[in-house]
Amino acid sequence: MSRTDSGGENGVHTDPTAIAELAQAAAHQVTEVAPDGSTSFYRARRTLPLRVELIRQLKRRRTQLVLGFLVLLPFVLVVAFQVGEDNGNNRSGGFVDLATASGVNFVILTLFVSSSFLLPMIVSLFFGDTIASEASWSSLKYLLAAPVPRHRLLRRKAITSGVLSVFALALLPAVALLAGVVWYGAGEAVSPTGEAAPFADSVLAVVLTVGYLAVQLFWVAGLALFLSVSTDAPLGAVGGAVLASILSQILDQITALGDLRNYLPTHQALAWVDVFSTDVDWSNMLWGTFSSLAYGAFFTMLAARRFATKDITS
Amino acid sequence: MNRLFRTRGRWSVSAVIVVLALVGGVVLWSRSGDDPPPVSTRDAVMDVPDGPGSSQTIQIDTTLYLPQKTPAPAVLLPHGFGGSKQSVATQATELAQRGFVVLAYSARGFGRSTGQIALNSLDYEVRDAQKLLDWLATREEVVTDAAGDPRVGVTGGSYGGSLALLLAGVDPRVDTIVPVITYNDLTQALLPNSASTDEVARETASPGAFTADGVFKRSWAGIFFSAGLTSADSASPGREAREPGQEDDDASGGGGDTGAGTPGPSTQGQPGRPGGDQQLDACGRFRPEVCAAYTEVATTGRMSPATLELLRRSSPASVTDRITQPTMLVQGEQDTLFGLDQADANARQISAAGAPVKVVWYAGGHDGGSPGPELRGTIADWMDFHLGRKGADPGTGFEYQVQGAFRSSGTPSLRTVSASGYPGVGGAGPVERRALPLTGDEQLVVNPAGGNPAAVSNLPGLGAALSGSSSLASRLAVDLPGQAAQFSTQPLDGQVLLAGASTVRLRVAGVPGQPVPEDGAVLFVKLYDVGPDGTRTLPGSAVAPVRIALPADGGAAEFEVTLPGAVRPVETGHRVQVVVATTDQAYANATEPAAYRVSLADDAALDVPVVPGSNTSEGIPLGAVWGIAVVLLISALVAVVAVFRRRLASDVDPELTGVPLVIENLSKSYPGGLTAVKDLSFRVEHGQVLGLLGPNGAGKTTTLRMLMGLIHPSEGRIRVFGHRITPGAPVLSRIGSFVEGAGFLPHLSGAENLRLYWAATGRPAEQSHVEEALEIAGLGRAVDRRVRTYSQGMRQRLAIAQAMLGLPDLLVLDEPANGLDPPQIHQMRDVLKRYAAAGRTVVVSSHLLAEVEQTCSHVVVMHRGQLVAAGEVADIAAGGGEATFRVDDPERATEVLRGLEGVTEIGVDGDQAYASLNGVPRAVALTALVQAGIAVDQAGPRRRLEDAFLQLVGEETAR
Repeated sequence: MSRTDSGGENGVHTDPTAIAELAQAAAHQVTEVAPDGSTSFYRARRTLPLRVELIRQLKRRRTQLVLGFLVLLPFVLVVAFQVGEDNGNNRSGGFVDLATASGVNFVILTLFVSSSFLLPMIVSLFFGDTIASEASWSSLKYLLAAPVPRHRLLRRKAITSGVLSVFALALLPAVALLAGVVWYGAGEAVSPTGEAAPFADSVLAVVLTVGYLAVQLFWVAGLALFLSVSTDAPLGAVGGAVLASILSQILDQITALGDLRNYLPTHQALAWVDVFSTDVDWSNMLWGTFSSLAYGAFFTMLAARRFATKDITS
Repeated sequence: MNRLFRTRGRWSVSAVIVVLALVGGVVLWSRSGDDPPPVSTRDAVMDVPDGPGSSQTIQIDTTLYLPQKTPAPAVLLPHGFGGSKQSVATQATELAQRGFVVLAYSARGFGRSTGQIALNSLDYEVRDAQKLLDWLATREEVVTDAAGDPRVGVTGGSYGGSLALLLAGVDPRVDTIVPVITYNDLTQALLPNSASTDEVARETASPGAFTADGVFKRSWAGIFFSAGLTSADSASPGREAREPGQEDDDASGGGGDTGAGTPGPSTQGQPGRPGGDQQLDACGRFRPEVCAAYTEVATTGRMSPATLELLRRSSPASVTDRITQPTMLVQGEQDTLFGLDQADANARQISAAGAPVKVVWYAGGHDGGSPGPELRGTIADWMDFHLGRKGADPGTGFEYQVQGAFRSSGTPSLRTVSASGYPGVGGAGPVERRALPLTGDEQLVVNPAGGNPAAVSNLPGLGAALSGSSSLASRLAVDLPGQAAQFSTQPLDGQVLLAGASTVRLRVAGVPGQPVPEDGAVLFVKLYDVGPDGTRTLPGSAVAPVRIALPADGGAAEFEVTLPGAVRPVETGHRVQVVVATTDQAYANATEPAAYRVSLADDAALDVPVVPGSNTSEGIPLGAVWGIAVVLLISALVAVVAVFRRRLASDVDPELTGVPLVIENLSKSYPGGLTAVKDLSFRVEHGQVLGLLGPNGAGKTTTLRMLMGLIHPSEGRIRVFGHRITPGAPVLSRIGSFVEGAGFLPHLSGAENLRLYWAATGRPAEQSHVEEALEIAGLGRAVDRRVRTYSQGMRQRLAIAQAMLGLPDLLVLDEPANGLDPPQIHQMRDVLKRYAAAGRTVVVSSHLLAEVEQTCSHVVVMHRGQLVAAGEVADIAAGGGEATFRVDDPERATEVLRGLEGVTEIGVDGDQAYASLNGVPRAVALTALVQAGIAVDQAGPRRRLEDAFLQLVGEETAR
């Protein structure tokens, strides 16, 4: 069989033998039908395997850039600390002053500076973009017609985004810990409340922090997912979720709101600092978990309902 | 798609309203419980005897705060020095809201009360308070234990706290006390001496040497005295101390008036006091003996026995051995007036008398602020348990607050450490002490003549201004060169949390040839936390003044110093430094010039108290745990319900399982009134190539989207092989589709797109026929390029190839010829025909008549969402032997045709004449026309389909 292999449009050409082959294949293949009306090899529960969706997402330049940035960020911070003037007293002050006290303190700083904007943005990106970008590429309708059942598509995409988000959330402190230990040593970590904790304990605290951050950012994930199924513009979904997060943080600064601020989903966003003390006070983190789960579950259900009932017109 | 948007909008609006209502309801419900119960107040002026044996009376100005429910236990609430009953209004209201009858009053000599200040003397102020207890016992709002014995607790800050102690010592009717930032021994508060030549008892956390003949605490005493002169309350902490979990200062800004006595600016200086003594004379409102005592101390810096006796009678130390009531001692860690050693002494003495004692150190004090709302709540809890027998037992533990380094919003973080008991008191074991070896040679220090210039440690009275930045205050400390000897530890190899008073043994000797001062050497010992960069911090800003007699022969005096009590985490790598200075701004320095040799005692180490404990946490908040459980439960329920609803959705018509497509009464209308598809019914049989023909906007694409389960029909149903189409119906796996444009991931190549698409269907790879499909697409080497580089035509071909993956039984293509060039269109027709011939069914939509005519076996014509015609293309295109002739003169042509036998239905359409030949050969008619001299341009079958279509389409010409 011969093909005309020139790269341009003019070379695009179907060989007549290909048509014959296809017709022959079609004539020989008899579709076996399952009771549910599908071809016998189709199983709804096998559609859109995680591996496939992960490949689809990981091959995106956007995903690679985000992960690359997370790897780079701790080194940028290290360079910043090396270039900047060290006041020598690295045992008092805020997170920034404490950062060079030990490897783990460097991780705490990295998480602290990124937890207000960067991490919500990354979660928004993974969750807000996932459906909306398929819609913008028009590939969503083909997935749904494959058919990948809608609830399954949403779930699989949410799980993939969740895997990517948790990976990103873990990658940043992991790289920061590596950089921190190399530059600032594996000494005892000084907690924000002035306690010193052994290295091993504080590494465990970092792991707990990643866990809490993952739960705490669930509300952003839910909101981004809801926006993602509501719009065909990925930027709108991602930006909307980020804006909501920023708005919540701004309102949290308004002390005049008093107790009302407890209802803000970001109110306990920094509660993870509690795990770095010797006797961990879980109350703030539990409230944060509850608030985030409640908001996240609400938005996720809203997203599922919207996606199940919506007309796909992209 | 404006209407679509509107449907979404409607749904969202109702959802948002429901959510807002729910959230609002929850917020209101949770806040409604916060509404404080109402509190009523009654002002009264009470006459009490002016003094022992005096027949005259003075007036005490009182306010009684009544809770919602009476009778209730009472709380007597005396105020701080320089304050009045107004300064405790906030705490009084809070306590009344907690259900106590609260009696606030202005002590004699303060506020609107008359009389003269006797410094909480047992003969004056304490008797006044006893009269108030008598009065409380007569009130029906107050619960009584016996006749004349009200159930009453006493709490107060500073001056009020000492009254609580003194009253509890002399009057057993008092049931419990909570003295706040107050003193044990006024002589030691005003003239402290921290040096002891004997061993100091070091079982407790913050012992003071309490040696007689101390150094006059000049600045604080002056501030104290002037507060009594003018009622300008500069002696009280100006604001509330921060509390753990508190994020910023503003949060507590509203409640400045608290138990420790903090009048706002408006109450500073009381204009128009009643009585004749408001003249500002040298003694102000002090009793003459108090005034004389102060004058003596302030001018000489020493105390006479008479003064000593006077201050003793004002000191709780004189009665603490008689206090048996449960006592909670609250002391500040930022307090250079009444340090932690004062509370330590109270705790020891009261505990020795047999009373249960709880000790709380908070991050405030006269330099750091009065207790904040949380601590006031703890005090109320204490009262609740010990007066009302309500709530959990607060126990007899020990709590202290540690200031951390975290400053998210400009203020340091705090945590509270709890231990089971105050060390060395009430059965608790002695405090753990860690010896930190000190190094440093003998050093010479000089006391300048006049004691000036002097080192700076703290700025009394500026506490209000500086307490917001206690870290700043603790860094103000300045030692003067030549006046200070320094001894340091090595850098610590682990964090040490200093909690209480460290002790150190020093040796001081005169310089040979110079006389030693007769009054003894005055020195100030302090403890610094020194960072690796040399930054020195003076915890609590406090110094330990020392007056020690030196042997006249030039020999050395060896003595132990109890350093000021403080709480300070000293970090790894930091050193602790002990500094011995000759001067301090806050004290009456020795005025005679002198020089001393200062050295450490043999094998001297700094003895640092450490109180291990656990961080106080609020425990596991059950509300949050329940909330989490409920959310998870609801989510699981919703998921289960959704699964069941999907299971029930299956709908099969067994008679139609062989029919590829049946559409019945299908309609799709949008809420705006637009109807895209209306009552559409048709059927596609096996092996057909069906053309769905219609102009743009006829509803073709909407129909195909409904066929793919992308759009929900408003009415009617679609069955594919008998199975009703719903979103994601399994039968869709037998359909290959291409609808309204290609959809590929632009960052992947064409081949990757097809492979991943097939992988997403979850079906076996060997069924995909990807290679065949790619051959059909015929993209050559371009299949390995990213799709974003493809032209419109290439995407189109790739999309058609994708639709054919897995060789579906029903192939649905929407406008497949768009963007293809004529040879490609030709090939595509071939593909579709051959595919259908191989036993598959194809549905093609097009707005091009020729396309449908040449590709399809059957056609459905749609216009404005409705079916116009349906049937075989050949039938519709060229049925019934009709013919058309394109001629130069159609009118004449019709006449000619009428002349032919059997020809009927003759008509004219533009330059065409048409007729139904009814068996007359077309050649005969043609010959007749030519013979009549008519020029025939074209002769052919009558194209009814085209006519119908053109008529429908109107101006939109299809060809």
